[in-house]
Parts: sequence; structure tokens; C-alpha cells
Amino acid sequence: MIDRATLVAQVQAQFPTVIVGDESGDLALTVGRMHLTELAGWLRDEPDLQFTFLNNLCGVDYLGREPRFEVVIHLTSITNVMRIALHVGVPENDPTVPSLARMFPTANYQERETYDMFGIIFTGHPSLERILMPEDWMGHPQRKDHPLGYEDVAFTHNEDLIYANKPFAKE
Amino acid sequence: MVMQSRAFPAIEIPTPAQIAATANNGPNADGEENMILSMGPQHPSTHGVLRLVVELAGETVVNLAPDIGFLHTGIEKTMETKTYTKSIVLTDRIDYLAPLSNNYAYVAAVEKLMQLEVPERAQVVRVLLLELTRLNSHLVWLGTHALDLAAMSVFFYAVREREYILDIFEMLTGARMMTSYFRVGGLAWDTPADFIPTVEQFLDYFPARIDEYEDLLTNNPLWHQRTKGVGVISAADAIALGLTGANLRASGVSWDLRKAFPYSGYETYAFDVPVGRNGDIFDRYTCRVQEMRESVKIVRQAVERLKGLDGLPFITADRKVAPPPKSEITYSMESLIHHFKLWTEGFRPPQGSAYVGVESPRGEFGCYVVSDGSPKPWRVHFRAPSFINIQALPHMARGKLVADLVAMIASLDPVLGEVDR
Repeated sequence: MIDRATLVAQVQAQFPTVIVGDESGDLALTVGRMHLTELAGWLRDEPDLQFTFLNNLCGVDYLGREPRFEVVIHLTSITNVMRIALHVGVPENDPTVPSLARMFPTANYQERETYDMFGIIFTGHPSLERILMPEDWMGHPQRKDHPLGYEDVAFTHNEDLIYANKPFAKE
Repeated sequence: MVMQSRAFPAIEIPTPAQIAATANNGPNADGEENMILSMGPQHPSTHGVLRLVVELAGETVVNLAPDIGFLHTGIEKTMETKTYTKSIVLTDRIDYLAPLSNNYAYVAAVEKLMQLEVPERAQVVRVLLLELTRLNSHLVWLGTHALDLAAMSVFFYAVREREYILDIFEMLTGARMMTSYFRVGGLAWDTPADFIPTVEQFLDYFPARIDEYEDLLTNNPLWHQRTKGVGVISAADAIALGLTGANLRASGVSWDLRKAFPYSGYETYAFDVPVGRNGDIFDRYTCRVQEMRESVKIVRQAVERLKGLDGLPFITADRKVAPPPKSEITYSMESLIHHFKLWTEGFRPPQGSAYVGVESPRGEFGCYVVSDGSPKPWRVHFRAPSFINIQALPHMARGKLVADLVAMIASLDPVLGEVDR
């Protein structure tokens, strides 16, 4: 069993660029996207650590902050009974992150969902397609600046208002 | 780039488009063509609106891709426009067979973010209800699973017992399914006077009913033929696929969040975690049935504790989070202000984020909440176990018979409301 202080020391020795933080009591590592696969692979394969279980992978849109997006990954070590969070910043002008789907097959759907909802492109993903939204949907609905628009209604009295707010509703 | 280690299998999870593109359209070695079958979304055995695109060679599944999203309602997005308390209602609709587990994961994440203490009485009632929810959900799973394999009577028995649990929920919350009973800091209101006797009555009645289900199935040779050695997942594959709950434990991994990261006082209850060996459908069945017996044990302990906690507070006394009792409003100006502020504006958790995973009937139900310090959550994400577990289907079904596919779906116990959110 490894404790949090030892893990932090090992991470800092191996990956000096990783920022060690805290997420409501859990260990949180902020990592640059170029080091993500390396760090995740090391956490998974190091015999003392064995963070083999990927719980959760999701995106967050911090509109107005730089970098705008963040991909949050939670990993669990079953042998050490420990959970950590990895935070990866993603800029708006180049929203790409290396995919973990080949390393952790469970990330496959979660990365597809994050791509669907936030438009973050996971490079190296075997099949990065929309998963929850319709295939022909325009935009990425969980982005903070995605127009919420109005319902498509059968009546035309407020048609101009609808199309002003939701330009792509018009076929 | 890190090398793929041997213990970690690479598992292909195709999409429907990939199946259409890669399926061979010409005749195979036997001179027959592979067929692409669209199973669902309105298929009774898919437990909701799940569509499977199956490539078949005769009766053998060559490849398969789940097609999901038919029930997507944007719950996560909607929650960003509601206050923390108002969002609780939406969490019921995610996994509609285990609403209280969802309520709990969400309020626990907000409580973790706010570092809020929950009174003991509320914790005990929460544990009691989380276990009743597990029974409720497992009964639906058992009934529908047996129904899918043509054992009809089990469904009627399971639904009969489920009614008792739904009656308890109704007496407590006024709703049979959409409970919304937990609040940040405790419970919505106190339990009614006849709550404990009703639960005890159910506890006296229920264990014999589990025996009845087992009489019908556990030693039934027909049941064995359909479930033993079918849909096998190894422990390494189960971890790689992110399976949780009974699906993971059936493969021989003893991992239960109630034991690993105890919440709501689970560490103080005596119960076992049933673990399977072969990772087949039968082991998933036995794990869940044993889990029902363990849940009964936990509920019994919680009832005993609750008797000693009569009259104690059921929600935190922190007036910045929980509203004051109605009677206090009539004489205290400060309470009136708190009441007004809480119901018009809501409370403001500090900036930050928190992840909580709870052991829902289907596995790890996680909730990730991000707060920007305003009364509305900046981002809420749910790690829905069904969404993750459904990824195991192609891996399980490749090279197996299409008739077993129905059993495999049911053994994963997916709830499509949770898959699509």
C-alpha cells in the first residue's frame, strides 16, 4: 500500500512539470496534454501504483478562462484503494488531447461523449463519432456558448425570433 | 508512447458506422452472406431504447455495435440552469430504477464540495433507503432477466415484492419512483411515524421471497443451460472495460465502493461482498441475489439504529444551506430571511470541484460537480455505470450465438435512462 505523500514524491520526481493540487480532499494532478499519455501509462503500469481502473472522463467548459476547456480523468488503484484526478487544460483554438482509449478501453465511450458535448478531439481514438446527439447535429451542446434557442414549433408567428437564436434550425 | 502491457487487453468497441463499413457483403467460405441485423430500439429484450447493430454469420455474432442516445434529455446541461436544490429533481430521472442512489451521489458531491457535516440520523436513513433502492432495482433486474429467458413467473413474483418497496417510498416521499428525498445536508423532511414498523414488516416478509426466487432459478437446469459459461468476461477485461458493481464482482474482483471508500457510515455496518468466480451470466445472477440478502442485513441494522435516534435532527443546522423549520419563521426574523434567501437565490458552495462515486445497484455511479461560487452548478457530470457497462457487449458477444445476446444484455442490467442521460 502506498500513501499519498509517497505518491506525490514519486510523481514530482518522474514528472517535474505536473502541478500537484487538491480536489475537495482527493489528490489532483494538473498535467500538460503532451505528458498525459506518459503520465497515465506510468500510473497504470508502475507495479507499486497500478492505477488500472479509469472511473470517469469528462470535459468542463470554463468559458472566459484560459485554457478554455479542461478534461478531467479520475483513476483508481484497486490494490492501493486510492483515487486520483488528472486535469488537462485544452485551449479553444486547438482543442485536441491524446486519446486514452487504447490504454483504457473504458475511455472509448467517455471520450466520444466528451467530443460530442464539447468538441474536444481525442487524437488516436479508434472511432471518434457522436454518441448521444444525432449524427447531423451542429455544434457541441454542452459548450457554454452553444445557443439554447427555442423549441421548433409548428406555428410561424415567432419564426424570426427562433431563427435569430438558432440559425441552424432552418434546413 | 507507453507500450501496451500484456495484462491490459486491447478491446475493440465498434460504432454502428464501422459495422456497416467493415461487414463483408460478398459470400463467405460457406457461400453465404453475412447479415446485418438492426435489433431495437423498440425490442422488448433491450430494456429500453437500445439499438444493437449486429453482424451475423448464420446464427453466430461476428461483430456488434450498440447505438445509443435515443433517450438523451440533456440532464447535465439543464442542471447548469437550476439552483443546487432544484437540480435534485433531475437526478431521479437518470437511473429511474434507483432514484435514491442518484439523489445521494449528487448531494454527496455537493456536500463534499462544501465540507458539510450530515447529522447521524440522516446518514442512517440514507443507508436504509439506499439499500431498499438496491432491492427495488435488483427485483426489476431479476424479473426482466428471467422474462428474457422465458421464465415468466419470476417476473410476477419480483414485481409483487417491489410494490412493497414502492409503497414505502410513497409513504416517505409521496412518489413511488421519482423520490427526490435527499437534500444537501440531510433529508427533505422527517420520516413518518409508521415508517419503522412498515420497513420491519417488509423485512420479515422478504427473505423468504428471495428463497422462492432461488427455488425457481438457482438449481433449475434450464436456467443453467442459458447462463453458465455464457457471456464470460475475465477479471482483466472487466477492469479494462471499466465494469463496476455486480458485473465486476462476478469476474472475481472484490471491489465494492461501500467497503473501499465508505460513505454515509457504511464502514460501521456488518455485511459481506459476494464475489463470483467465472464471470459468466450465472455468476452475475448469484452475485446480485446474494447482494439482495446482504442488503436485507444492512436495512435491519439501520432500522435498529434508527430506533435509538428518534427525534434527532434529520438535516444540518447550518441555516446557510438548509432552510429553518416552518414554525421558526413565525417568530424569528432571521429565519424568515434565511428561508427567503434559500428559496429565491439558493446557497453558494465555494469555488472548486468534487467527485463522489457511490455503489449504485448497477455499479459505480459517480457525480462530478464544478462550482464557480454561484448558486447554480457550473458543470455537473454523471459517471453512469450503465453507459460504461454497455461497452462490454461487443466483447462478450463476438463469436457467440445471437440467442445468447438477449441474456447478455439482461445480465449487464442496463437502464437506458442512465445510458443516455
